[in-house]
Amino acid sequence: MASLLSRFRAAHHLIRRLSERRAVPLNLNQNPTSNLLPLSSSPVPATFNGVWNQNSHSMSTETQGGLQHPDICTDQVLDFPGGPVLLTSEMSFISESARQRTSCYRVLDDDGLPVTDKSFQEVGKELALNMYSNMVTLQIMDTIFYEAQRQGRISFYLTSIGEEAINIASAAALTIHDVIFPQYREPGILLWRGFTLQEFANQCFGNKDDYGKGRQMPIHYGSRSLNYFTVSSTIATQIPNAVGAAYSLKMDNKQACTVTYFGDGATSEGDFHGALNFAAVTEVPVLFICRNNGWAISTPTSEQFRSDGVVVKGPAYGIRSIRVDGNDALAVYHAVSVAREMAIKESRPILIEALTYRVSHHSTSDDSTKYRPVEEIEHWRTVRDPTSRFRKWLDRNGWWTDKEESELRSEVRKKVLHAIQAAERQEKPSVADLFTDTMPAFPPPANDIGDGDAASTPQILC
Amino acid sequence: MRSITMVQKLGKVLTNTRRFSSANSISSKPINLFSAINQALDLALDTDPRSYIFGEDVRFGGVFRCTMGLADKYGKHRVFNTPLCEQGIVGFGIGLAAMGNRAIAEIQFADYIFPAFDQIVNEAAKFRYRSGNQFNCGGLTVRAPYGAVGHGGHYHSQSPEAFFCHVPGLKVVIPRGPKQAKGLLLSCIRDPNPIVFFEPKWLYRLAVEEVPEDDYMFPLSQAEVIREGSDITLVGWGAQLQVMEQACVDAAQEGISCELIDLRTLVPWDKETVEASVRKTGRLLVSHEAPITGGFGAEISASIVERCFLRLEAPIARVCGLDTPFPLVFEPFYMPTKNKILDAIKATVNY
Repeated sequence: MASLLSRFRAAHHLIRRLSERRAVPLNLNQNPTSNLLPLSSSPVPATFNGVWNQNSHSMSTETQGGLQHPDICTDQVLDFPGGPVLLTSEMSFISESARQRTSCYRVLDDDGLPVTDKSFQEVGKELALNMYSNMVTLQIMDTIFYEAQRQGRISFYLTSIGEEAINIASAAALTIHDVIFPQYREPGILLWRGFTLQEFANQCFGNKDDYGKGRQMPIHYGSRSLNYFTVSSTIATQIPNAVGAAYSLKMDNKQACTVTYFGDGATSEGDFHGALNFAAVTEVPVLFICRNNGWAISTPTSEQFRSDGVVVKGPAYGIRSIRVDGNDALAVYHAVSVAREMAIKESRPILIEALTYRVSHHSTSDDSTKYRPVEEIEHWRTVRDPTSRFRKWLDRNGWWTDKEESELRSEVRKKVLHAIQAAERQEKPSVADLFTDTMPAFPPPANDIGDGDAASTPQILC
Repeated sequence: MRSITMVQKLGKVLTNTRRFSSANSISSKPINLFSAINQALDLALDTDPRSYIFGEDVRFGGVFRCTMGLADKYGKHRVFNTPLCEQGIVGFGIGLAAMGNRAIAEIQFADYIFPAFDQIVNEAAKFRYRSGNQFNCGGLTVRAPYGAVGHGGHYHSQSPEAFFCHVPGLKVVIPRGPKQAKGLLLSCIRDPNPIVFFEPKWLYRLAVEEVPEDDYMFPLSQAEVIREGSDITLVGWGAQLQVMEQACVDAAQEGISCELIDLRTLVPWDKETVEASVRKTGRLLVSHEAPITGGFGAEISASIVERCFLRLEAPIARVCGLDTPFPLVFEPFYMPTKNKILDAIKATVNY
């Protein structure tokens, strides 16, 4: 009876504590009109939109300190595998959600104004203009290739519109030695690394110059010389691959990391969870970059997970993590730069959740107006467009003019159209390529085996 | 990042290697199958510094003792435990192999390989083809103990080889005993293709034979005639060969001459050796532990009918596992036993 009573008291106490937690004033969004990002349906309102948290602007690396426990019987410690655990007489369930959502790191506001006077990793004029012209190029390439599919010239296409900052700024923060394991909405990394518009077009047309020899659908790019592993359509399978590759970089003492990209939907796959766990345990230099764009085809994040997005999953695996405004090129650049340095110097995985929005339909096989409001799409396409936001910052610095803008767009447009025409004219791959690259023979045929030093080399027995 | 240049180098070495039979000069000792596997893994680590062994519990030697002593010898960074996650193990292995390493992944039981099926089928098998040979994970070998063990029930007994035989881009190899296991495993590890290597766990301790101590390899995709005969051809692989051999001995006492072939590599399989034998005997029996429906025996039957229909004297017999989940107490009824094979031999010869 006494035991029952004490349980009741403990439960009552717990309920009271939880109620108190709920009663804590929330850090409400100061700009409610911009709170349109469909994250999870967590009961706690989002706080990242338009809010600059003065206390979290610096890229703190001190967040891995000792865990704090209130109401601990400090004299009672359970010696347990993994480290001692403090014992407590108070029964307390960990809340299913934090008091407020994880803040989102941002440098530029929607008008391209730096939201802090604190220093952030400066991006100089040359780099900034290079980033901007790549963002514009990606947007124009996407627009024209999309139309080419609509005209029936290519079989399929899928754009990165709305996600140009994640594509280009993250690429700019890496080196060519960093090995990319992409999903499929990251052609900007290839573009940044020098993949030409013609090479993109060749793949989409599956012609004889396509490195993939016409075997995969359009947008399944890959480039050995650019350290960009070939895209596969499967979701999340590339994530554990990136961990294994990072192990190789670690064993070879390379000053490089692997970087794998994926969407919010991919975080529901077992491969995501397995990969994060493997990376934490093997302590390898890998960046997990989640493009949380709100939608996995038609499934909103509220039907994908109930956690506060993706960033909170990192610490559960023992992985340092950050949430960043994915439509802020400077924030992405800075976060990825610092994450890369930590990953390589400390040989550790880092999870980056970049909040963005899939402005495009999922692909040319999708009409997203069937499942989401057109106003939402328009808002993100215009007010929150990462490319124009970056342009505003360039303008404020006096680095870019309307004339240069017009010339750039005109030139890129011409190049894309030319690339499409040339790719369309090129022949298809030889039919022999249907059969090549399946199974290289090994060992060589028996009649190739001659005399040699049998004592020191492997023998072929019959 | 580098390609599998080591394989090419090794290939060159091999072209300068004298071809000889095992009886010639190699010293050998009687060891069991897990020790033979252990020797092969030891040699793989020793001969290539870019080779790694990983999986659940491999660091202390593995639940079947195949990796015993290797972490001590080569260090915990080359022989290491992984979290309990098969898709993670194979996914990790693919990435490691894609960077030019030999990734030797252990799946603790073949029954548990299915979480990794997507990684094996959609990533490993297509890695080279889909990239137009820009990338490959040919350094990947996935080892997994398979098959009946007398008391394994549903989840420690299955023979899932047929699932993997249906995937272009993969090789599937199964040894029948210690000597074969060592030579075939080394070939698999050094082959420039992803390979699933199933080990007959019933034989880990049970099968003991003379195994050469040196580094040697058996060629893949070459079946071996292990018993010559004239009345009927029997084809099998792995642990089932022992059962089939006993059936051959019993059949011989009844005046039936059986030719027994160990397929060794299931994909790509050696059709020529089987076809030549069937053209000689006019009869074929295939036997495997996996359920009969959709088993690899069906593929062999179809291919041989296509190739030598007019030479067949009787329908091709398949003596296989039943179309039930692998049962615990009913295991003796489920299994393609010696007597079932003997009955099928007689029925086929007397057709």
